[in-house]
Amino acid sequence: MLLLQIDWSFLLEKSVLILVIVLVSFGVAAYATWGERKVAAIMQDRLGPNRAGFMGLLQPLADGGKLFFKEEIIPEGSTRTIFILGPFLFMITALMTSAVIPWGPDIHTTAGNVISLQVADINIGILFVFGVVSVGVYGIMLGGWASNNKFSLLSSIRSASQSISYELAMGLSLIALLMMSGSLSMREIAQQQHGFWDGHWLTWNVFKQPLGFFIFMVCAFAELNRAPFDLPECESELNMGYHQEYSSMKLGLYLFAEYINMFISSAVMVTLFWGSYNFPGMDWVAAHTNAIVFALICVVVLMAKITAFILFFMFIRWTLPRFRYDQLMNLGWKGLIPLALFNMLVTGAAILWLFNK
Amino acid sequence: MQQLTNRSVQVNRAPMTFGEKIYIPAIMKGLSITLGHIFKKKATVSYPEQKRPFSPVFRGLHVLNRDEEGRERCTACGLCALACPAEAITMEAAERKPGEENLYREEKYAAKYEINMLRCIFCGFCEEACPKDAIYLSETVMPANYTRKYFIYKKEDLLIPHPKKQESAQ
Repeated sequence: MLLLQIDWSFLLEKSVLILVIVLVSFGVAAYATWGERKVAAIMQDRLGPNRAGFMGLLQPLADGGKLFFKEEIIPEGSTRTIFILGPFLFMITALMTSAVIPWGPDIHTTAGNVISLQVADINIGILFVFGVVSVGVYGIMLGGWASNNKFSLLSSIRSASQSISYELAMGLSLIALLMMSGSLSMREIAQQQHGFWDGHWLTWNVFKQPLGFFIFMVCAFAELNRAPFDLPECESELNMGYHQEYSSMKLGLYLFAEYINMFISSAVMVTLFWGSYNFPGMDWVAAHTNAIVFALICVVVLMAKITAFILFFMFIRWTLPRFRYDQLMNLGWKGLIPLALFNMLVTGAAILWLFNK
Repeated sequence: MQQLTNRSVQVNRAPMTFGEKIYIPAIMKGLSITLGHIFKKKATVSYPEQKRPFSPVFRGLHVLNRDEEGRERCTACGLCALACPAEAITMEAAERKPGEENLYREEKYAAKYEINMLRCIFCGFCEEACPKDAIYLSETVMPANYTRKYFIYKKEDLLIPHPKKQESAQ
């Protein structure tokens, strides 16, 4: 009797969507590693990897294969269960955030069904993203602690403190955005940025909240442990850090999860500020194509914007020197939080006087 | 304090201007520099499709020379083996038989001549020590291989081709 009550079509639809999103995330993260090396090379007057396949496109496969074949070393004094759990936690939280991002508009098929391109349309979407990102800090902390290595512990503590400091400024900058949009749901925010021009002003949130976007982006750099805030990462590459005791696929998971985080953070930023899947002239396109083709075009536009952001992340990484730890903390607590509060005040004042007169 | 030279520079300890404090103009300048580098010519040499030119005195692989009639110059005197700081050269001498005048220049020749390329440091002392102009370091780069055995180059690997036989073959 229970079997007949499960909505099989719902289950199937969501499973297929989840599978596609996870595979696409993995693919994008793998080719982000290729892109990173190529972009870094181009900016440094050299060619990147160009031997493994045409233009080095099979390089991520070679890297993955190399990591698989390396020897798994688990240090004797480490807490085994947590040691193995660390990278998995990091990877899981990186992938979970992709569940609430609207990847395209709803497809209203001719049969009357509505296919949603968002895995979970919960009405507290942004809060969910923040919650999951906060849990992601655990992956780093547990990895560093369970390594039984003083320097890994120090590095992971630094990374965790950096993450929580910048989460505050991120949340505050989002409050101003939420005051304007009135809803926490990602789908609502995407729909409010429909088109490009709505008669009075540009619809995308970045034109209504430029300072908020700037603060959010700086905090995203810090959350991703990416230059110029990559103190935990640089220590791991140079001498120590929370990666140090990891080898083979667990290290692969850490490094890969970092790129997936980058992809998902870009997706969140594009959804919140840069008009998700909307583009100028979309109404004309919607009227002239059928629903599925239009949804595909919207997904392609979203991916193009995410790619532009990922390229911008890489651009900044290979330009700026990294911050010292005290400069980083100063910026987070004494620079960005007052700025975000100021942004909130100005937005509140503007809403009160300009829109409620 | 009296300055000894005029090369010292006064350190600028002025407090940071607003533009320097917010760091954004410096970031923009840095980004523009990096952007400029994207469009510059790359310095990479795509070896092995392109090779960098060597100077004429480049010390590469050894060659054992012949004279104009095609006779081997090496007389197995052992001066190159003595000069070699890495003890890479070994040889065994042999006496020239009456019918072999066109093969070897003098009565003594090297029956076995081996250079262990893994020991060789390509210093060129053997080239400087040879009294018969027999050994030279050419411009060839040593190729890679998988086992140690293949790095012991024998006399056949080192000798240059016979000039007369090569002409007739052409």
